[in-house]
Amino acid sequence: MSISEYNGSALVAMVGKNCFAIASDRRLGVQLQTIATDFQRIYKIHDRLLVGLAGLATDAQTLYQRLVFRHKLYQLREERDMKPETFASLVSALLYEKRFGPYFCQPVIAGLSDEDKPFICTMDSIGAKELAKDFVVAGTASESLYGACEAMFKPDMEPEELFETVSQALLASVDRDCLSGWGGHVYIVTPTEIKERILKGRMD
Amino acid sequence: MANSAIDVPPRGGFSFDLCRRNEMLTKKGVNPPSFRKTGTTIVGLIFQDGVILGADTRATEGPIVCDKNCEKIHYMAPNIYCCGAGTAADTEAVTDMVSSQLQLHRYHTGRESRVVTALTLLKKHLFNYQGYVQAALVLGGVDCTGPHLHTIYPHGSTDTLPFATMGSGSLAAMAIFESKYKEGLTRDEGIQLVVEAICSGIFNDLGSGSNVDVCVITKGHKEYLRNHLLPNPRTFVSSKGYSFAKKTEVLLTKITPLKEKVEVIEGGDAMEE
Repeated sequence: MSISEYNGSALVAMVGKNCFAIASDRRLGVQLQTIATDFQRIYKIHDRLLVGLAGLATDAQTLYQRLVFRHKLYQLREERDMKPETFASLVSALLYEKRFGPYFCQPVIAGLSDEDKPFICTMDSIGAKELAKDFVVAGTASESLYGACEAMFKPDMEPEELFETVSQALLASVDRDCLSGWGGHVYIVTPTEIKERILKGRMD
Repeated sequence: MANSAIDVPPRGGFSFDLCRRNEMLTKKGVNPPSFRKTGTTIVGLIFQDGVILGADTRATEGPIVCDKNCEKIHYMAPNIYCCGAGTAADTEAVTDMVSSQLQLHRYHTGRESRVVTALTLLKKHLFNYQGYVQAALVLGGVDCTGPHLHTIYPHGSTDTLPFATMGSGSLAAMAIFESKYKEGLTRDEGIQLVVEAICSGIFNDLGSGSNVDVCVITKGHKEYLRNHLLPNPRTFVSSKGYSFAKKTEVLLTKITPLKEKVEVIEGGDAMEE
């Protein structure tokens, strides 16, 4: 067993037209036993920047605390929010610092820039950035998510269509992964609002 | 407050805090996750007026292709570029670090960076970490002493060659170079040969794939040809896209409107006393 499969997770982020979506499953497990079915894997850094942390939940939460800490320090010093690109570099630096004893955590970063341009990015557990133009995935269901997103993604989707695509891709993928599932959390961020939705999924 | 307890940002170097815990986990039989690799074909050659670097664009994690169009030719200095193979995080970090050291050095001296400077900085770092920083590099550039091409191995050893290949596709690419390389190639011939070598890696090595990136560096000029050749376009996309038979079931929707940004005019009419 790999340590990143201990809790189980599925994360996906997609780009639309002046908007983005980030979605996760809701299961927290200890191997095959389910502990919680309303687990939050996606965290808000500021209004237009969300980060999802797949992998070992204990490390994800520690890492999240350090990210919030660093972002608050930045806000105090700079009197503004971090740009998504800057934040991605910060996460990458924090992870690479622990190159030889990593956090077992695979982040997915999604944000809107000041010009309303969506930005998505994922990393491995030691901070190798992967900037994608279309979609990024992470977690134990990542293999099936790659397939689902590759087939379903269309460029320049409007928020509602993007929501449908992300949700369908997520639900289809977690049904093929025993370690993740129990519905999903979907966030759609547009320049004017954040729409947070909870999806109904299989409960087995 | 010489050494404060909280971890204040500006610090350098690696942290080994989690090593004990991670080692304990490994001993208990849980494996650490695999890292993203650039199982790669990277090449470089010297032609009549400079250096040409080339790379494929596939990044893998185990058998999964996790990025179909990544950038493996890294910027070091305006006249120096570097191709990276090995663990993606290491190649990225090591080239970024050295490129910032070079930038500072240029500010200090006011001169163009030399390729040997970059080479020394890279090999020093890699040698220090005894091969645990898994970066195999092809470094190329043109400085006041002419064109240079070097390969750097993860343990810190270096070669100086007229043509070089690295990564899992290095054999496939070297086969092309060995049979077709000659001194005094023109720019077009050089690019053609680099493209052919990379394509040989793309089609014969499973760790390499997708597109060809090329970077041509000549005296006082460089040209980064991102996605110079796209030999593997997508063939399976439907023009209509995918339509869903049934809508997803939503249990709860929460909409948070975002605050509008307010422009603050500095030094406008001050508040009345």
